[in-house]
Amino acid sequence: MPASTETDSSTNKFLRGKYAICGIGETSYRRGSEESTRNLATWAVGNAMKDAGMKATDIDGMLSYSGNDSTFSPLIANDLGIRLNFYMDVHGGGSSTEALIGIAIGVIEAGMCNTVAIFRAMNGYSQVRIGGTGARSATPIIGDQIHHRAYGWQSAGQMFAPTFLRHMYDYGTTPEQVAAVKVAHSKHASNNPKAYYKKRYTVEDVVQSRIICKPLHLLDCCVETDNATCIIVTRLDRARDCPHPPAVIQSVVGRCSKPRGDIHLHYQTGPISTVAGHYAKNILFRNAGVGPEDIDVTGSYDAFTFTTMLQLEDYGFCKKGEGGAYVSSGAIELGGSRPNNTSGGHLCEGYTHGMNMVIENTRQLRHDVDDSCPTDKNGNKQHTYTYAEGGCRQVRNAELTANLGWAHPGTGSAMIMAKDTR
Amino acid sequence: MPIQVEYMGMMLTVEDVDRENREFFSFCAKGEFRLQRGSESGLLRYPPTTACPWTGDREYEWALVEGKGTIHSYGEIHHPIQPAFKTKVPYMTLVVDLDTQKGQPTEHEALRIGGNLVTTSGDFAPPEIIRQVGIGTRVKMLFNNITDDFALPQWTVDTEAEQPEKPWRYPEDEQE
Repeated sequence: MPASTETDSSTNKFLRGKYAICGIGETSYRRGSEESTRNLATWAVGNAMKDAGMKATDIDGMLSYSGNDSTFSPLIANDLGIRLNFYMDVHGGGSSTEALIGIAIGVIEAGMCNTVAIFRAMNGYSQVRIGGTGARSATPIIGDQIHHRAYGWQSAGQMFAPTFLRHMYDYGTTPEQVAAVKVAHSKHASNNPKAYYKKRYTVEDVVQSRIICKPLHLLDCCVETDNATCIIVTRLDRARDCPHPPAVIQSVVGRCSKPRGDIHLHYQTGPISTVAGHYAKNILFRNAGVGPEDIDVTGSYDAFTFTTMLQLEDYGFCKKGEGGAYVSSGAIELGGSRPNNTSGGHLCEGYTHGMNMVIENTRQLRHDVDDSCPTDKNGNKQHTYTYAEGGCRQVRNAELTANLGWAHPGTGSAMIMAKDTR
Repeated sequence: MPIQVEYMGMMLTVEDVDRENREFFSFCAKGEFRLQRGSESGLLRYPPTTACPWTGDREYEWALVEGKGTIHSYGEIHHPIQPAFKTKVPYMTLVVDLDTQKGQPTEHEALRIGGNLVTTSGDFAPPEIIRQVGIGTRVKMLFNNITDDFALPQWTVDTEAEQPEKPWRYPEDEQE
């Protein structure tokens, strides 16, 4: 099924370059926050407002999402003294960040509000575990869920495994090739003081770690953490009044799906080794007016090593079927041709359902990544670009970034951002 | 009355209003694998849905389908998530291409049916059987009868079918 002109409605290309991310905020990425999701969210939104140089009266829109634990926009707005002209708390996971940025652009463009704070607050380790263990695993199994949960087919890894294995079958992708994703992201995390896991791993470390669910080893799977994150979106002209250079939004794709999504995700149509990026890329690049070859830094959802590989491939950063070769070529490492997840992403920094990869790319475009490089007397980072352990993770001349969000093989979201040209 | 059964310590419920799943599992309890055939499209679909994915048509009949097919892909779970499966690892989750309607209406489409790999007596397949099964293995359906009005479809190796010389297995298995 060709995704072509008739799907041209997710973004309007004439909004290209009109909106920007002007503020980003995080809590620490940790296990055992000992804080409520409400408290975590107030910190993340408050930190993003500080980053944007904004007061409570500057924010009048709020969006959040969750597929497990969270809190509600009106509570956070009230806690921070914000009066809202628009808010919405939606259901969803890893395909939400970019999609909600698109919604924020839409509601501002519709005149419903001026500036939107998007947050995700979760105790993904200490309350509702993202891996699906604990209370979630024993809840009653109702109706459609019988077709998978009654078969011991429940966690994200279990649900995605047939897709990953079929890619290995169709294209000869090897565990060692895909393990290179963990190697790259752990290298990046070792230069990120905020990362939960800062240790560098080798391919051998990954393939020798215990099998969780073939083809996934323990180290192919992301980390579970407690954290909140926030992104503030506004018109570019307003963003230019903020302290940091705006990350200018060129295009967004929200929850673009393969045909016939169902309770088993995407098996009926096939090929099952193809993911939603195959469809999303046509909207993403056309609306941005650039191609994959123009992108300097990617942020590809790494719930698992395989999800990054599949997305980079189906978005066209390499030829179909060559994802294994691409991710193991060094291209996705700092110092490579197109580094991916320079903060360490979900595999190493922390799990946020996609937010931290957008935050990281915003920092890359600001040329202000919070690594361990020294600052000059004006407080500006003096980046070394050497990428030795414990050092720099700023990409030299980062001008164009792509974020690739993943709900599951059948649904994804994406966004392209650019450095401000002013 | 909703169908409510306990299976391996898990509580499974099919509400009365969930007409499609109720009918599907009731047929399974009679030992019949039936799928909805859309009245307009004439095409079978899985899992049960309220409307035909090709036409949106809500009219259908339950067509008797032969439970035979080929493993399209699988998962092999070593770390259990649900308490019920703690004693079952390793176990396989199968995505099976049904012979019926394979490659229709378009090349890569198939009725891809889920289930576990079990023995001919319906027990979870032991490691020595799992090791012989992979993409390409021919399988047939059997039913795990839980109560008079509920059975769960499962898959077992089709010993009467011609099997591939060597089904595709996850590469590290060669080293085991």
